[in-house]
Amino acid sequence: MASFLEFKNISKGYPGVQALSDISFAVEKGAVHGLMGENGAGKSTLIRILSGDQSADSGEIWIDGSLQGYTSARDAFNAGVIVIHQELQLVAELTVAENLWLGRFPARAGMIDFKKLVFEVSEKLQAIGIEVDPNIKVANLSIGQRQMVEIAKAVMLDARIIALDEPTSSLSSRESEILFSLIDRLKAQGKIILYISHRLDEVFRLCDSLTVLRDGKLAAHHSSLEGVTRDRVITEMVGREISNIWGWRSRQIGQTRLKVDQLSGRILPQPISFDVKSGEILGFFGLIGAGRSEMTRLLYGADNRRSGTVSVDGVIVPPNDPRHSIEAGIVLCPEDRKFDGIIQGRSIEENIAVSSRRHFSPFGILRLSQEAKLADTFIQKLRIRTPSRKQDIINLSGGNQQKVILGRWLSEQGVKVLVIDEPTRGIDVGAKAEIYNILYELAESGIAIIVISSELPEVMGISDRIAVMCNGRIAAQYEREMFDDRKILAAALPDKTVAVA
Amino acid sequence: MNTSLKKILLGEQGLVVIFVLAFAIVAVFVPNFLTERNMLGLLQSVVTIGIVACTMMLCLASRDFDLSVGSTVAFSGMIAVMASNATGSILLGLIAALICGSLVGLINGVVIARFRINALITTLATMQIVRGFALISSDGRAVGINDPNFYQLALSKFLGVPTPIWVMLVLFIAFGFILNRTVFGKNILAMGGNPEASRLAGVNVVSMRIWIFALQGLVCAIAGILLASRITSGQPNAATGLELSVISACVLGGVSLAGGRAAMTGVIVGVLIMGIAENVMNLLNIQAFYQYVVRGLILLLAVLLDNLRSGAAGRKG
Repeated sequence: MASFLEFKNISKGYPGVQALSDISFAVEKGAVHGLMGENGAGKSTLIRILSGDQSADSGEIWIDGSLQGYTSARDAFNAGVIVIHQELQLVAELTVAENLWLGRFPARAGMIDFKKLVFEVSEKLQAIGIEVDPNIKVANLSIGQRQMVEIAKAVMLDARIIALDEPTSSLSSRESEILFSLIDRLKAQGKIILYISHRLDEVFRLCDSLTVLRDGKLAAHHSSLEGVTRDRVITEMVGREISNIWGWRSRQIGQTRLKVDQLSGRILPQPISFDVKSGEILGFFGLIGAGRSEMTRLLYGADNRRSGTVSVDGVIVPPNDPRHSIEAGIVLCPEDRKFDGIIQGRSIEENIAVSSRRHFSPFGILRLSQEAKLADTFIQKLRIRTPSRKQDIINLSGGNQQKVILGRWLSEQGVKVLVIDEPTRGIDVGAKAEIYNILYELAESGIAIIVISSELPEVMGISDRIAVMCNGRIAAQYEREMFDDRKILAAALPDKTVAVA
Repeated sequence: MNTSLKKILLGEQGLVVIFVLAFAIVAVFVPNFLTERNMLGLLQSVVTIGIVACTMMLCLASRDFDLSVGSTVAFSGMIAVMASNATGSILLGLIAALICGSLVGLINGVVIARFRINALITTLATMQIVRGFALISSDGRAVGINDPNFYQLALSKFLGVPTPIWVMLVLFIAFGFILNRTVFGKNILAMGGNPEASRLAGVNVVSMRIWIFALQGLVCAIAGILLASRITSGQPNAATGLELSVISACVLGGVSLAGGRAAMTGVIVGVLIMGIAENVMNLLNIQAFYQYVVRGLILLLAVLLDNLRSGAAGRKG
């Protein structure tokens, strides 16, 4: 069977970067094709070219045996290509049915034909097996359901090629399963699905064929995944063997550094107690909604607590204000870097110095040379990849932004407890290993570290001890020798549905 | 447009370049523009806007908003005059005005930062309340000054330049320093960039916001005193619409309403552009009604330019 979608010698450059060079591969009809690569490997650029968002400098796209001369997103749409981005493009205040018809409402005598509107939508939704009420407002749907609606829209528009960009990044595992069965059905209908993901498990579960990009070049193309191992794909992505990306090593563990006693708050009504020793990495694992991040925010003073104390080296930290925690040596790298971590529009230099500058600014007057030196030190030490310390932080990749936030806290001299929430979310494999190494070095210097993660392999890979949270309390704790993924996961699953107030 | 020209116009100093060009063109083609007398008159005319723009810049840069400045200027002018008359001491009058102005700002700040009421709504309310106080205290009439020495605040000169202009220049320098060289200023920009991230990074967001509004009130009082001295009385209806001119000047000068971006040089240029447009139209005998249209057009153009600029910067990402 001839290839349905074919990329031929696609190249695209931006000022200073060759984003894609000479990419060629083909995808069969009725196939789910994986597209993998580290951040910056060129996946997004390729998808933008496919969707007509941008045009290639050279090269051709062939669909169903005809050369596509795209100049706009409209052309791509007419050729049957629809891209579903991570940020969904639905109107929250309209119903599902209205969203699916948006821009071409069925009309009778100038009035919207609501009967037809709803009827055809419910038929379509049923045909592809999506259980969503067409009369419900999109605002009332979960993220997973919205994604379904988005896919239904693509099907309604007769898309022949549907590209999904990191579709599961904000889905629960149950929602992901529903998505996967939908993808299977679409495949059976002869659609091409381009599946872009960082998650190897999903790619191996779903895809028939796979393309790996690295630094804008084609690193590998597998027309079948038979006999292809995960390690091989990782190697192709990073271009080097990462046999053990965790790189955990044993280290000296000292006295108790952080003691959390009977901590509770509005969202976490049941008191929580635990402690962390100097040099120890304590991993917190739990499902989404188990209360890990809420616990972190209470501990750090970002949210007001109801009860409990937090002490560092035996000294009680005053509650409910991050400034007290920082002063006592507790620092937080938050879960949501974009909203709680980086200061957009300001330089790397300012993002690093924002907290620690109070130590070296006599009478509140800045010493710019000191700030510049500090920034350069951490850019070098943490290997932050940037042309200059003056660069706006928004222009950095996720991994480098995380490093800047680490730099912000390391420039505080007396850090004793580092809390890092989802340390590597949205960060590529190479940068992950670097961040783990930074954490090990900090632990070796005697800092107590709390890592919160929803990726079990990560928690198991880097922690000395794991606390499992479930329904707002600590359900179990395991020392490293006792790590067992099945036991940990079992402890994280609620045995009965208890609402976390 | 060719690329190097584009680079200059859309670069950091694009506005300054445009300003210099416009200034040169006006200086050549408009008669009587580039005379000492007209230049000093021009600067005199922007003193109130210029002074208040200093703190409005901080306010906008931290993602806040203040509509009450016009009322506060009028109110503190009234207080300066009335307290001077009542006590017979100009000094006491000035102190009273400065305290009252700061108090208005402080109340704004506390309501906005502590009680978390939207800044737009809060200052819309205080704008009316304070204007009301100004009218009530004078029964709606202008209040004359008993001691003619009060006029000297605006009339006195140093090195041939009137005192109000000196005050404005000193404030420009002071607030330029505060914005770029102090922890306070940098924290303002950080707060504007991302308030929650700044709070988690140890910036005391609540007290910073209160300080910014209190400073704004104090600076309004300074502007109010100088204005009252220049118009030789306390006018309860003085400075109406000032808030919009000041915000326009700041936005013209590249201060982002989304917070996190501001520069003193930009604001100075913004203030001067507003002043020059008005001045030139006066010199050319253009009817005052047209000035509204021109001011509005200038503001729109400036915002469009700003949009192009951030678009050009954003492409890199």
